[in-house]
Amino acid sequence: MYVLVSDGRVAEVQLNIYEPPRFFEAFLRGRAFTEPPDITARICGICPVAYQTSACQAVEDACGAELDGPLADLRRLLYCGEWIGSHALHIYMLHAPDFLGYPGAVEMAAEHRDVVERGLALRGAGNAIMELLGGRSIHPVNVRVGGFYRAPSPAELAPLAQQLRDALPLALDTVRWVAGFDFPDFTCPHELLALADPGRYPIERGTLATSGGRAFTAAEFEQHVAEEQVPHSTALHARLTGNGLDGNDRYLTGPLARYTLNSGSLPPLAAQAAAEAGLGPDCRNPFRSVVVRAVEIVCAIEEALRLIEGYRRPARPAVAVTAREATGHGVSEAPRGVLYHRYELAADGTIRSARIVPPTSQNQRAIEDDLHHFVADRLDFDDEQLTHACEQAIRNYDPCISCATHFLDLRIDRR
Amino acid sequence: MTAPSPPRPRAVVIGVGNEFRRDDGAGLTVVALLARQLPAGVSLTVNDGEPTRMIEAWAGTPLAIVVDAVRAEPAVLGRLHRLVLDQPAMGLGGMVSSHGLGLDDAVGLGRALGRMPGRLIVHAVEAGDLSQGTGLTPAVAAVIDTLAAAVLHDLRS
Repeated sequence: MYVLVSDGRVAEVQLNIYEPPRFFEAFLRGRAFTEPPDITARICGICPVAYQTSACQAVEDACGAELDGPLADLRRLLYCGEWIGSHALHIYMLHAPDFLGYPGAVEMAAEHRDVVERGLALRGAGNAIMELLGGRSIHPVNVRVGGFYRAPSPAELAPLAQQLRDALPLALDTVRWVAGFDFPDFTCPHELLALADPGRYPIERGTLATSGGRAFTAAEFEQHVAEEQVPHSTALHARLTGNGLDGNDRYLTGPLARYTLNSGSLPPLAAQAAAEAGLGPDCRNPFRSVVVRAVEIVCAIEEALRLIEGYRRPARPAVAVTAREATGHGVSEAPRGVLYHRYELAADGTIRSARIVPPTSQNQRAIEDDLHHFVADRLDFDDEQLTHACEQAIRNYDPCISCATHFLDLRIDRR
Repeated sequence: MTAPSPPRPRAVVIGVGNEFRRDDGAGLTVVALLARQLPAGVSLTVNDGEPTRMIEAWAGTPLAIVVDAVRAEPAVLGRLHRLVLDQPAMGLGGMVSSHGLGLDDAVGLGRALGRMPGRLIVHAVEAGDLSQGTGLTPAVAAVIDTLAAAVLHDLRS
């Protein structure tokens, strides 16, 4: 991160975020249309299901296949597992220590073992879903284009339901716990982008909507979101096409956007927990994203229990997907925000081109802008204090880099 | 896909890394090699190094052996390290994992939560290239057999 301070004012903020998908886009060219779920799962150890799901949907879209009934439910259930695990990791291992004044989770665990154990139990519940449906929690191996290699029996899901019922009060306790943190006043002014899935909170599928009133399909994603090179970073920066809100073409995706655009679709317990935590219908303070993540854990557990309760084993574990010359698009709500995939297939199913737009690169310009204002209010900090404060501010957005407790290489140029 | 949890093995070997980050795949390569010659009562697993997953992999096991790539400055590519953590206060001696939240975080968290293995042995190889791509650099590839043999030696000791 580079900050230029000139005459006592912040003149420029540049954030350079490592972006792995570019390599994978090239790696996928020339490979079979069945391979993206396994290969793109390697992009992120925390959210492999997001990459698998967006990849599957894009290939299925190209091939004219669609999941329904219990197969669609299993896909949503698997994704719930990832939300629970990823959000629990971020809240307990990364974000909460910031609020409570600990250097990291290790130090917090030394004084609040019971709290960290609660976080591990929640993460374990999420991992249990991924292990059962995905075959393992890291880089699941049971996911394929068209569904799964094997679908579980209802009896196999019964112990999982019990573990989730046990986890539900822990999730509700988590909402109450994080709602009591002290939150700096800060408002994200940018347009918000999230999926919409009529009648339910968007997780594994949907169309796209923004707080500025845009509504579009996955196939129209690249008409509304443009990526461009910037001099200071190898990562592409995304912006909304056209003028955006008030001429601001920055936008934000992730928990704040999801919640603000879809809070009315939360299931009952999650909605009640959000209200009790003091969240209104909108949430635009990035520091309060920790509360939204906690509410989304409740939502994912509720949804998982509902899906398990209604589950009937499908006649086959996957629908047939036949390659054809076409381009397909897929979107899903990764824990960090909208994840878009596009694949162009040849008639024999060979991938001609791939495009992957992860949430972190979409948020990069909004994060830089927010940091600009954040740093401006803290110019009296020394470099070490400012580095720590900026790490916390960046962690609000849960970018991929936030897996490092102390990840920021800050260069301040004071002129 | 679903089975009752098996009893904890007497030892677990945890290969840590990412095969799409070149030398970071060293630990996974060792695990793949060991799969063909594994002593009884030993389980193999791969891991991305995320501390809660590491704790889950080794908690309650008498012996855990972690195989990982590390960064060192100045680096001697392919140089091997072996570290035994069997005392509460022992640290990792300044080794830096090639991952974000690292092995030292996993050890710290495991100790704070009382979820350490009976004995933890870390085998590490100094990495040269951690950029995106597949395949190990020649200097690291050249020591994979030696590294696997060292892990087997510990398992049989």
